[in-house]
Amino acid sequence: MFDNIMRVRNYRYFWWCMGSIVVAVGVFATQTSSNEPANGGTWQGLVLGVWAALLIVWLTLLGVRKRSYRFRLGTVQDWTSLHVYLGVGVLVVATLHAGLQFGWNVHTLAYVLMFAVIISGVVGLFTYLSYPRRIADNQQGQNRSQLFGELYELNQQGIKTARSCGPEVQTAAISGIQRTAIGGGVLSQLFARDLSRFETLDGVQQPNPHQAPLIDLVSKRIPRADKHDEVTALQDLLVILCRRQAVIERLRKDIRLQGWLQAWLYVHVPLTAATLTAVVVHILVTFIYW
Amino acid sequence: MGKTTGFIDFERNSAPYRDAGARMLDFREIYTEHDVSQLTDQGARCMDCGVPFCQADDGCPIHNLIPEWNDLVYRDRWRDALDRLHKTNNFPEFTGRVCPAPCEGSCCLAVIEPAVTIKNIECAIVDRGFEENWIKANPPLQRTGKKVAVVGSGPAGLSAAARAAELDRANESTIPSYVLLESHSAHAKTIQRYQVGKHVMAEPGYLTLRSDCEFQAGTREAVLDQWLADIDRGQVNIRNDAEVTRISGSKGAFSLALKNGDELEAENVVLAIGLEGSPRKIGTPGEDLPLVQYHLEDPKAFRDEVIVVIGAGDSAIENVLGLAASKNHVYIINRREEFSRAKEGNLALILAAISDPAVAVDCLYGSNVNSVIETPDADEPLAISLNTLEGEVTIACHRVIARLGGVPPRRFVEGAGVSFPNERPDAIPELSRTYETDVAGIYIIGSLAGYPLIKQAMNQGYDVIEYINGNDVEPADYPLLHNQFHCLPFEREPRDVLDLFQRRIPFFSRLNALTFRELILESNVVVTYRAGELLDAAVQQCETLDASLADLPQIPRSAKVIAAGEYLYREGEYASSFFTIVEGEVVLETQGQADVQLSRGRFFGEGSLISGRPRQESARAEGTCILVETPRRIMVKLFNSNEDVRQGVDWIFIVRELKRHFAPDATFDELREVSSQVVLRSFNAGEVLFEAGDIGDSLHIVRRGSVSLQRGVGDRAATVVELRSGQLVGEMALMGDSNRRERAIATVATETIELKRPEFLALMRLNAGNLDGLQNLVSRKLVKTTQMETRPESGGILDFLLSEGLGEATDTLIIDEQLCIGCNNCERACAETHDGLSRLDRAAGKSFANIHVPIACRHCEHPHCMKDCPPDAIHRAPGGQVFIDDTCIGCGNCEVNCPYDAIRMSYPAAEKPSLLRWMLFGHGPGPGEPDAYDGMKNDPEVQQKGKRAVKCDACVNEASGPACVRACPTGAARRIAPEQFIELLG
Ligand code: HEM
Ligand code: HEM
Repeated sequence: MFDNIMRVRNYRYFWWCMGSIVVAVGVFATQTSSNEPANGGTWQGLVLGVWAALLIVWLTLLGVRKRSYRFRLGTVQDWTSLHVYLGVGVLVVATLHAGLQFGWNVHTLAYVLMFAVIISGVVGLFTYLSYPRRIADNQQGQNRSQLFGELYELNQQGIKTARSCGPEVQTAAISGIQRTAIGGGVLSQLFARDLSRFETLDGVQQPNPHQAPLIDLVSKRIPRADKHDEVTALQDLLVILCRRQAVIERLRKDIRLQGWLQAWLYVHVPLTAATLTAVVVHILVTFIYW
Repeated sequence: MGKTTGFIDFERNSAPYRDAGARMLDFREIYTEHDVSQLTDQGARCMDCGVPFCQADDGCPIHNLIPEWNDLVYRDRWRDALDRLHKTNNFPEFTGRVCPAPCEGSCCLAVIEPAVTIKNIECAIVDRGFEENWIKANPPLQRTGKKVAVVGSGPAGLSAAARAAELDRANESTIPSYVLLESHSAHAKTIQRYQVGKHVMAEPGYLTLRSDCEFQAGTREAVLDQWLADIDRGQVNIRNDAEVTRISGSKGAFSLALKNGDELEAENVVLAIGLEGSPRKIGTPGEDLPLVQYHLEDPKAFRDEVIVVIGAGDSAIENVLGLAASKNHVYIINRREEFSRAKEGNLALILAAISDPAVAVDCLYGSNVNSVIETPDADEPLAISLNTLEGEVTIACHRVIARLGGVPPRRFVEGAGVSFPNERPDAIPELSRTYETDVAGIYIIGSLAGYPLIKQAMNQGYDVIEYINGNDVEPADYPLLHNQFHCLPFEREPRDVLDLFQRRIPFFSRLNALTFRELILESNVVVTYRAGELLDAAVQQCETLDASLADLPQIPRSAKVIAAGEYLYREGEYASSFFTIVEGEVVLETQGQADVQLSRGRFFGEGSLISGRPRQESARAEGTCILVETPRRIMVKLFNSNEDVRQGVDWIFIVRELKRHFAPDATFDELREVSSQVVLRSFNAGEVLFEAGDIGDSLHIVRRGSVSLQRGVGDRAATVVELRSGQLVGEMALMGDSNRRERAIATVATETIELKRPEFLALMRLNAGNLDGLQNLVSRKLVKTTQMETRPESGGILDFLLSEGLGEATDTLIIDEQLCIGCNNCERACAETHDGLSRLDRAAGKSFANIHVPIACRHCEHPHCMKDCPPDAIHRAPGGQVFIDDTCIGCGNCEVNCPYDAIRMSYPAAEKPSLLRWMLFGHGPGPGEPDAYDGMKNDPEVQQKGKRAVKCDACVNEASGPACVRACPTGAARRIAPEQFIELLG
């Protein structure tokens, strides 16, 4: 419906980035005439180095811009779009600055860290571009709190219905409902790990991934029930458990997708800090040992 | 019965008429003189029946003791007969002559013989009484001597009574000349019912209080205590528990009937009963028992009781849920078999409570109350008997709470003879400058008179007593007029200026002086001068005035001076004020072309006033002008109290609309005929203007609201186009195709001008040239609708948007779900730019086809929230943004009125800590973190001030535009104007 980060204003920022790359390559190309191999120490190298450093500082400033709610120049979307393009562009500029010379030193450390930031950025961009749609498809118009609300309702109904079933099903179903785990630690959230359990009559806890074992247990009980009342109760319970299962799956998927949308930033931002430090060290070092 | 055989012995012999010839010559009695001996015989004919039908229901309507005085006449005991007659009849001298005598018609003797001559006898008795001087005037032993009865002891009534008490003291009279009647057991019922600790505001700050009672902003308790102290100090003659049920009589001799049967007399009546009305009673025996109550202040006050709640509306349901939550056993008595009047949320809650066995709520559907009685059982002292679907049921209980809604005071007021201008529910009776109604001697003040603010009401109470006592005081707001008239090109007393204005504007000349004064008080007086010395001097004068007013707690309206030739408003601007020209000339321009020139007495701006859309034209003042700019709110109030003004504005609206669409070159006079033929129609949301397949012979011009056209039938029906005010609906019917192709539905409350074929043809004749333009427009629309029909998915989206209220929206926040990463930066941006409180709820709200409409203000064409804001704190900026200013008093009306839940009541947010404090000590919310106003809830100062309404203002004050949209990193959030809908349809 609306333009995404890449397409903003008819790819305006893509062209800006291409422009700056072309200029950088142009500057780099003037180096070949001299006998000194291309490196960060020539005047071209220095220009490119400063240019790369400024770019990195500006890229970092996105974090500030995002929180300056009264800032007038461009929307955050404009900034992010340019950030994404120049973020990749800086790779070219920095590479040209280094003259493709790498070694086991602090200079290359800065470069590698920057590279990592960029990779994480690309991963993040990928999630930004593709996950929202998946989240929306998964939610089907119900937001997370509504889904939880529905689950709560189903839980209440489930517990009530389970009370009129035999002791085995009753214990299993009620404990199964109470011990359903959604979310949890970072890893559980990101990989939608299911730590749900339920208890059998003898008090043993069984894993209950995807609620399937519990549903299985209830469904097996149905043909073996002896009272008519219990059969209806069991069937009702089965319906409720299956509906629960669907809701829980949707919730888990929602949490997983939303988690990834944020998780990459926890790599991107600290690495940015590291990169900045390394770059500062690199600059100091080159000036001291030159 | 003196003579047992009288009816056998004597024939009926009624008194004969005098000779007709003689009667023609005078105006005297038509009967001959009474013949006493004959009358005693006639009296003897009475049989003294066991059941005297003559005096029963189908006989004498006032139940005269007929057999008794018949007998007394027969025995010649005339004096006694007269006493018996006067026992039931104050005016036998009239009824003895002109009564049609149903007594004789029902006389038992009449079954076999002519009836007893009862009427003659009655007449004779009373005539004899006058002859003998037995009848004497019988004046009341003690007159109440009340000059004024004040009904209702809210701020207005209380202030009136206090003034009357003060005047009595000045006159050194010891018996109060007035009485203050209150239906409740304490003063100021409405404020007593506020929730405990609620803050009462004293708006508007610039109005001075003139009353013998004191008042300043504070808690409900402080205000009520103050007034109680005022009542004591002023020894105000207040009578509590005195509900007036009827007012009769006329100036000088009104009689007020009280609930307990008492009658009071007063020369004048001041009605200050507010708008709330009295609660509707159960209407069965026992309805007034002390444990039968009609409101519930605090459900937590009761515990472990059996309580019967009668009613099925929201307040009944809320009471039931509250009572059940504090461990009471509650029965809810519903007259119907479902809860059809309740809000959806309440409906779900009550149904859940009824069906949940763990909650002690039982519902009796289809049930009516028979009676409520007190029982000797100390434990459950009431027994309520009900007619239920299963027969009669009696429930023993502790108390009965009836929530059956209120009886609006209108009927009571009408009962006193006061008339209302129209049938609208918000009609206000027309009042004179002294608050007198069309019944001389009955005065109305306070919110019932259309003045909802406490200070206004108190001032009116003071003034009305002065008026009644013949002191023509200037109202307390007189100085405000001074300010407004400050920069006029001439200097006069405000009173004279008002007079002059009213004479100059024919349209307003028939308003009464009070209404006109109020209109000016609430309006801006705009003065234009040609550039030069005069202008500079006026601007200077204005600035000095403004500077002197700047120190007041709230700045009152002052004069407004602009240079001639400047624009009053421009095309496309959002504004809905109404202008009248007192002096000078104004030019209206459309698309840069001067269109109409208006002169003194004319008015303009009615288009936006009615449609709620931006201005269709620009208005420019020429030369020196004096203009009155009246806000929409005041015009609407005027419409409700004055039919002439409403019709006048409606008429001009129609004429200008017809001219714009069909006959740009026609003159007003040419259009007069046609415009009187068209009809104004109004439709509720969801109502159908016409169905597909109908044969049409009219077109509609949408005047306000919006209409959607649907094609297809049943499930496949899809909206193909949405039309707003100023657009045509169904014009094809008059342009060749009389078969309606679409079904037209009002998406929100809508008004249209309906134009039938003859009027249409008449218009076309006036202006043949424009047919071309109209035809082009129709062709374009046809293409659009047909294209839409072939893309049903777009129709689905349009339907969704309309159901979300976008039919009346001017600016809506829309989120593209395919882009939204759920970071909530929009909410944070909103909070950061708006005192720490976000005005939008991103995650809430509905979605369809990846379009999400979050809960946020739609900036409606006719904002629902603006409808009844007592301090007039909600405004619309020229750009269309609807916002709330600092004068909000936290009443919550707007929150209730908003159909989109976009307004919430909130305490102010906690102050943000400085960045350093946040980083080093972890104080409070950091930059960009969501609001933490919970922290402030317990702050006593904040609590004292109370909650305020907060809503989106579309960032009117942010030069860079809406913060939510600008802060979205992925561009998912956008604000959409109606013209951009089409972009959403994909
Ligand atoms: C003000 C900015 C900068 C200055 C003045 C600067 C200066 C230099 C100089 C003088 C050299 C040559 C050192 C040598 O040949 O021994 C160099 C090399 C290098 N610089 Fe920078 N630089 C800057 C920014 C950056 C940035 C932002 C990066 C990337 C993150 C970077 C990465 C490198 C790398 C990878 C080398 C090659 C190291 C090697 O030869 O092994 N520089 N820089
Ligand atoms: C050296 C290069 C880069 C640096 C220093 C950098 C730095 C940052 C910083 C500081 C933020 C702000 C995070 C926050 O405050 O929430 C950010 C956000 C972001 N960066 Fe980068 N970044 C770089 C490269 C990239 C690249 C190459 C991409 C993508 C191809 C990218 C995509 C993003 C995105 C999508 C955001 C999130 C914006 C938002 O959610 O508001 N970045 N980056």
